Amino acid sequence: MSKRRVVVTGIGTINPLANNVENSWSNLISGKSGIDNITSFDTTNLPVKFAGEVKDFDANDYMGKQHARKLDRSAHLSIFAAEQALLDAGLDTESRLGDEVGIVLGTGIGGIGATEDAVRIYDTRGPSRINPLAITQLMPNSSTGQVAIRFGIEGPSLTITTACAASANSVGEAKNLIERGVVNTVVAGGTESGTTPMTIGAFAQIRALSTNNESPKEACRPFDKNRDGFVMAEGSTILVLENEETAKKRGAKIYGYVDGYGSTTDAYHITAPSEGGEGAVRAMKKALEDAGVNKEEINYINAHGTSTPINDKNETMAIKSVFGEIAKSTTISSTKSMTGHLLGGAGAFEAMVSLLVMQNNKVPPTINLTTADDECDLNYTPNVSIDLEVNKVMSNSFGFGGHNGVLVFSKN
Amino acid sequence: MEVNEVFEKVKSLFIEDLGIDESKISMESKLEEDLEIDSLGIVEVVMAFEDEFDIEIDDEELADVKTVGEAVKLLHSKI
Repeated sequence: MSKRRVVVTGIGTINPLANNVENSWSNLISGKSGIDNITSFDTTNLPVKFAGEVKDFDANDYMGKQHARKLDRSAHLSIFAAEQALLDAGLDTESRLGDEVGIVLGTGIGGIGATEDAVRIYDTRGPSRINPLAITQLMPNSSTGQVAIRFGIEGPSLTITTACAASANSVGEAKNLIERGVVNTVVAGGTESGTTPMTIGAFAQIRALSTNNESPKEACRPFDKNRDGFVMAEGSTILVLENEETAKKRGAKIYGYVDGYGSTTDAYHITAPSEGGEGAVRAMKKALEDAGVNKEEINYINAHGTSTPINDKNETMAIKSVFGEIAKSTTISSTKSMTGHLLGGAGAFEAMVSLLVMQNNKVPPTINLTTADDECDLNYTPNVSIDLEVNKVMSNSFGFGGHNGVLVFSKN
Repeated sequence: MEVNEVFEKVKSLFIEDLGIDESKISMESKLEEDLEIDSLGIVEVVMAFEDEFDIEIDDEELADVKTVGEAVKLLHSKI
């Protein structure tokens, strides 16, 4: 029996580039950067003073102060993106979706802002003044629960915490749930809001972040010789995944197919990728195999491309191992050059990009790629978007912990 | 402090700190049903009362408090 195919029928997003799909796409195609100086807190003591923050979003206006103040910002963003996605899919956001719908959300660090706030209060005012909502805000599954409550999603639920691969894994595991026939519809994606003082400070301590405070918009430069680390960003992207038949029966708009998913673990080092991206290679091969797609059919690779020296070098090696002699002619780009690193929200955002690339036959660029690096010698679509007929896309996501999640999307 | 003053303080605390609609708040309003203050919210309310009025409230004292009026009465007796 052939596998049930999985389609995407709705997308919602809020990220440093824009607060909806349409404007995110136009900014991606025009090569805009969503990165800027941090405005939400005082950065005086921090070595890194910029990030990709969500702009023009007030949770109090969106859901009312009484409700908003009970949730961490990562949950605000996920509810906002989920509502957009469900409306886009033509599903009813005002009645309960019920137990035929599942939810799989990814996050790297959950309600880390709430954690920081609670510790600050504990230190200054003692345990009796800790916010009683702290636990429900900081637990990593908070967004999954809050989105489920808001839209009455009563089917299976999972929260995936594989760091920067989390929401690629979410989309992949959601695909598995539908393929196995557990449910016909899954709300899948990721959320992150770690642009907070301690978290920026801690990532800076492991020398993972760019320190280019002079030019924030040029700080994220994947595959460029002068890259010096990733840029923290916040946001949420949510997709509605459906069984192809269910979607077609109800006449839903179809963005494309989630055909392949490869999930592997390096089992090597907690932050560094294994030599030559060995774990990534296995994930990419498994995703192709799962999709039943030959490497020659992939027209575009949305790279993990974080702008750290080690990731971009190893990902390049991994792509070469998988694609061999056609690696150099395959079109690649890293949209993190514009968004920064959405951590647990990255895989879902880049799944959205993959689908929009196929829909529009345009590939967004890797911006700030101005100085060639001998170790990164593939076609990364430098600085300017291109027109390209794209029928199949591979999207790479790799996370601290050695987690690799690779997705393959098809137009038809 | 007069009962009415306590009520006004409670009211402004609910509005400012908890984001509750002013129009919903009267002496008769029920904390859970009318103001949507759930079991987690009650703990927050107690913390806010303790800070505002510089008092301590035991969990047992709250067992019978279901309305704004009952909360005001309890606070008035402790100030």
